[in-house]
Amino acid sequence: MKFPVSYYAEWTPYFGLLIAWIIGIGFGFFLERGGFGNARKLAAQFYFKDFAVLKVMFTAIVVAGLGFWGLVLLGLLDLSATYINLTFLGAQVIGGLILGVGFVIGGYCPGTSCVAVSTGKLDALVYLAGILFGIFVYSEFAPILDKLHNSGSMGEVYVWQWLHVSPGVAMILAVLMAVGAFTAATIVERKKKSIVQP
Amino acid sequence: MEKTKAQPYWQPYYAGLGLGLVLLLSYMLLGQGLGGSGAFARLLYSIMHSVAPGHVEGNPYMAKYFADGANPLNNALVFLVIGVFTGGLISGLLAGRVRKTVEKGPNISVKGRFIFAFAGGTLMGFAARLARGCTSGQALSGGATLALGSWAFMFAVFAGGFAAAWFVRRQWL
Repeated sequence: MKFPVSYYAEWTPYFGLLIAWIIGIGFGFFLERGGFGNARKLAAQFYFKDFAVLKVMFTAIVVAGLGFWGLVLLGLLDLSATYINLTFLGAQVIGGLILGVGFVIGGYCPGTSCVAVSTGKLDALVYLAGILFGIFVYSEFAPILDKLHNSGSMGEVYVWQWLHVSPGVAMILAVLMAVGAFTAATIVERKKKSIVQP
Repeated sequence: MEKTKAQPYWQPYYAGLGLGLVLLLSYMLLGQGLGGSGAFARLLYSIMHSVAPGHVEGNPYMAKYFADGANPLNNALVFLVIGVFTGGLISGLLAGRVRKTVEKGPNISVKGRFIFAFAGGTLMGFAARLARGCTSGQALSGGATLALGSWAFMFAVFAGGFAAAWFVRRQWL
């Protein structure tokens, strides 16, 4: 079997939407399992109390990354038929900084606010209204923000190209970085005994 | 529901493993990663277009979602996010964690928390459009595929969060 399946098996659009819904169910399930439907747990990250955000995110990145690049190196996954985030360094760094500030103020990110809403968190509902308003403001001013939106355009470029190593070596570095970060985070958490629960 | 005791959350590594496998599956099946904010943009544009079609089509940034009579809601990201609501509800029900509540620290009123939630959401909605994705579409998906700009984005998110944390500590601590 060759991947992505939707490309090689020529799925109808409606079948693709059904699969997207099922994948979304898995996404929401594990977000809620990890406690990401709780703003107190997400925000605790930024006070060095509970590093669940870091641990869940980097575990997911490493697991998916190893599988993804393993399939690419085996010739089973076609990169040219896969959507890869393009690099716009200026837009991504400035956008990332604003998004980080918004994260600790709002307590959620767009994906986690969905599982928070479906588990009854009223603050997440207000947060989602804010998301829609923020998108509205950006979109209305998009024509004059166009220059910033496209700043630092580098196209499809990978971390391993930037480091001048192979994808496999870059993944090993990512694993080592994750293990190092998890170890440090766990030491801090043990000292504070501050894991957030429902 | 209120009487059952909520189960504790999973160890982050198990949740991360599950999330990573879902993300990998998304690339293997659909050829794209996960996303959170894109669906809300599509919902908003769809509503705006039904109210003021001329205004939306006059703005090239929004008009592209309606090119050739396209329906912006007819998209994988939209159905994915509907799934996120569904999956979160399933997990919450199974663990007794579905209850009407407001998450906040002890030193802030509910009204104060709502103001912060709205302000933070506004910043994030704006920033996710600027950066072409949020924590899901950029950090998680671009992180796994080793996209350079997504890694820069991820470090910027943590930097922004840690930098602003002290100023809003009353909300959480």
